[in-house]
Amino acid sequence: MSNVNNAAVSGAKVRKKVVNVIVHIFLAILAFIWVLPIFWVVLTSFRGEKGSYVTTFFPKTYTLDNYVKLFTDTSILNFPQMFLNTFVIAIFTCIISTVFVLSVSYTMSRMRFKMRKPYMNIAMILGLFPSFMSMIAVYYILKALGLAEGSMIRVALIIVFSAGSGVGFYVAKGFFDTIPKSLDEAAIIDGATRWQVFTKITVPLSKPIIVYTILTSFMGPWVDFIFAKVICRADAQYYTVSIGLWRMLEKEYIDSWYTCFAAGAVVVSIPIAILFLITQKFYVEGMSGAVKG
Amino acid sequence: MKKGGTKRVKEFVEPYTVVGALTKGNAITKISLLIMGFGNIAHKQIVKGIMFLAIEALYIWFMAVSGIYNLSMLPSLGWREQEKVWNEQKSIYEYTAGDQSVLILLYGVATIFLTFMFIIVWRDAVKSSYKAEVLARQGKHLNTFKEDIKSLFNQNLHKLLLAAPIMGVLIFTILPLLYNISMAFTNYSKVDEHLVLFDWVGLDNFKKILDFGDSIGKQFYSVLGWTLIWAVLATALNYIFGMILAIIINRKETHGKAFWRFCFVLSIAVPQFVSLLIMRSMLQQTGIVNTLLLKYGLIDTALPFFTNATWARATVIIINLWVGIPYTLLQVTGILQNIPAELYEAAKIDGANAVQTFFKITLPYMLFVMTPYLITQFTGNINNFNVIYLLSGGNPTPVDATAGKTDLLVTWLYKLTVDKNYYNLGAVIGIMTFVVLAIVALITYRNTTSYKDEEGFM
Repeated sequence: MSNVNNAAVSGAKVRKKVVNVIVHIFLAILAFIWVLPIFWVVLTSFRGEKGSYVTTFFPKTYTLDNYVKLFTDTSILNFPQMFLNTFVIAIFTCIISTVFVLSVSYTMSRMRFKMRKPYMNIAMILGLFPSFMSMIAVYYILKALGLAEGSMIRVALIIVFSAGSGVGFYVAKGFFDTIPKSLDEAAIIDGATRWQVFTKITVPLSKPIIVYTILTSFMGPWVDFIFAKVICRADAQYYTVSIGLWRMLEKEYIDSWYTCFAAGAVVVSIPIAILFLITQKFYVEGMSGAVKG
Repeated sequence: MKKGGTKRVKEFVEPYTVVGALTKGNAITKISLLIMGFGNIAHKQIVKGIMFLAIEALYIWFMAVSGIYNLSMLPSLGWREQEKVWNEQKSIYEYTAGDQSVLILLYGVATIFLTFMFIIVWRDAVKSSYKAEVLARQGKHLNTFKEDIKSLFNQNLHKLLLAAPIMGVLIFTILPLLYNISMAFTNYSKVDEHLVLFDWVGLDNFKKILDFGDSIGKQFYSVLGWTLIWAVLATALNYIFGMILAIIINRKETHGKAFWRFCFVLSIAVPQFVSLLIMRSMLQQTGIVNTLLLKYGLIDTALPFFTNATWARATVIIINLWVGIPYTLLQVTGILQNIPAELYEAAKIDGANAVQTFFKITLPYMLFVMTPYLITQFTGNINNFNVIYLLSGGNPTPVDATAGKTDLLVTWLYKLTVDKNYYNLGAVIGIMTFVVLAIVALITYRNTTSYKDEEGFM
């Protein structure tokens, strides 16, 4: 009797083990598929052979020339310039967007006024239009304001990336909603103004969501492709990295620039990946609320 | 600028309205209807009154200098063509500046927009004058300018905080949108050389796009159909597979949870346009995937990833899984851990197997919590420009068509405006996309609890 029982138990154990092994193999295969393209582009960036046509997965020769060319050959596609452009634009975008997003989210979360619900509804409706439907129009408006030419293109890009950020307040508002209102009320009874409540109580309690907002708005210009393309047009001098990388794959450049594209992709991805992983940490913290119970 | 008398009362009842000022206001208030800020100045709110007056003066100056002209040109959108004129003195041909309909339209729309904003300020000014009058009559305290400024940091903080963001949204989101929408009613396109001078054509463009018989209309319905199929498949498959993956990683028996998650999340950390461009180059006819498959004799001819319509559609959906599953994984993991463990224990005691537990407990719970997320994903997929444009570019495109077989409404809109210069049709497509999304949103948003019960949390 006890033997039979033992056999059943060990049978179940074996089956569990088999399932477990299968699950891990399955995960390994999937993880391999997910990492493969990233691994491949890293390999390509160190590849010695030029051109986009290769017959082996692993390069035959390894070199650092692609990185060197990317940062020194500035005659046709000036990557260092693009990198600098994007960096400057990202810094300003980040400052303006963060201020806008935090202001709007705090207002929507804490203040009660007549235009509040209408504003939130309008923001939702605006979100339903294809985001670049108005891009052509924005281009003409910027042109009418004298911002579509020369070095003003940088200003134009900053405006494009940050001006509309006032409608993207949902995440931060959700966070502010979790800060107990009793804190505000106590401070107001003690004679604090709303401004003081905002700067002295809400902001210090909101570190995760502020970091999250800063990083996401900083990443915007690095990963956007289409807005920059519409605004910059043929002015290669003011390109951001994404247009630059896209151009490297165009017919006239692909043969000499393909491996440099891979190098550029790696160079752009590393800081963004690091920022993203930090963002995730703060996002998770932000989602779990401001004051932990 | 805006200093109305909104008090923080429950229903936002406004005691000082424009109608009130019209019917019950005294002479000074009524003069304020014409001369903004007059009432404020009369009641010693000098700075505030002067600011209102200055805004009125600016507006009148603007209208006199260009506003009225802009409006007068709006119905015709201009007619003067650029001409060559012989200049006797310099003995050269000179070009006269012809009308440019694009700019006329922009300035016209902007003028209407400014007028609308001015009316809002005017209403504020009238209300403010009326309020000053009533308060003075009742012998109550009138705010000085200093106190007004102070109130911006306290009970009126929302005005201070919202001023700049709202200006940004108005000028760079709403104004362009209105401008673009107005293009839908013109013949602004390369067809018949209407790129410089164009006219209003009413609803012609809409008729053309919605007409089954027209070639543009046929393309519209086929693109619309594919857009909807794409959005449903992309959203549903990403969600289901992402959730299954999350459940597998979250199993008690799975080792190295953090490592597996890292492998998948890594692909999000790489900028999307980079990974998509990499994918595209890998899947070309002569790309690494085809080359290796040919080399090892697994296939005889290169796989038509982006050249055959069905292949291309399957390819973009599958690659979108690669892009999207990690996002679902991130979203789902936290929520999965929040499902009460007692539910699973109870199910185990009742003898439910893994599949039953999934369909009876996990899925209903997840759907309940994540409906808003799914809706955002769905709308995001309808507008998913990046994946389509960077991967397939909408191709394969039939010879005589402007829309490819994998084009979504958004990518078609981009092609029509940027590549083909059919600005009017592009604007119509944009409006149509909005209509589709608005219908989806109206049906679903209104039914979710998080929308209805926003205050429930507080």
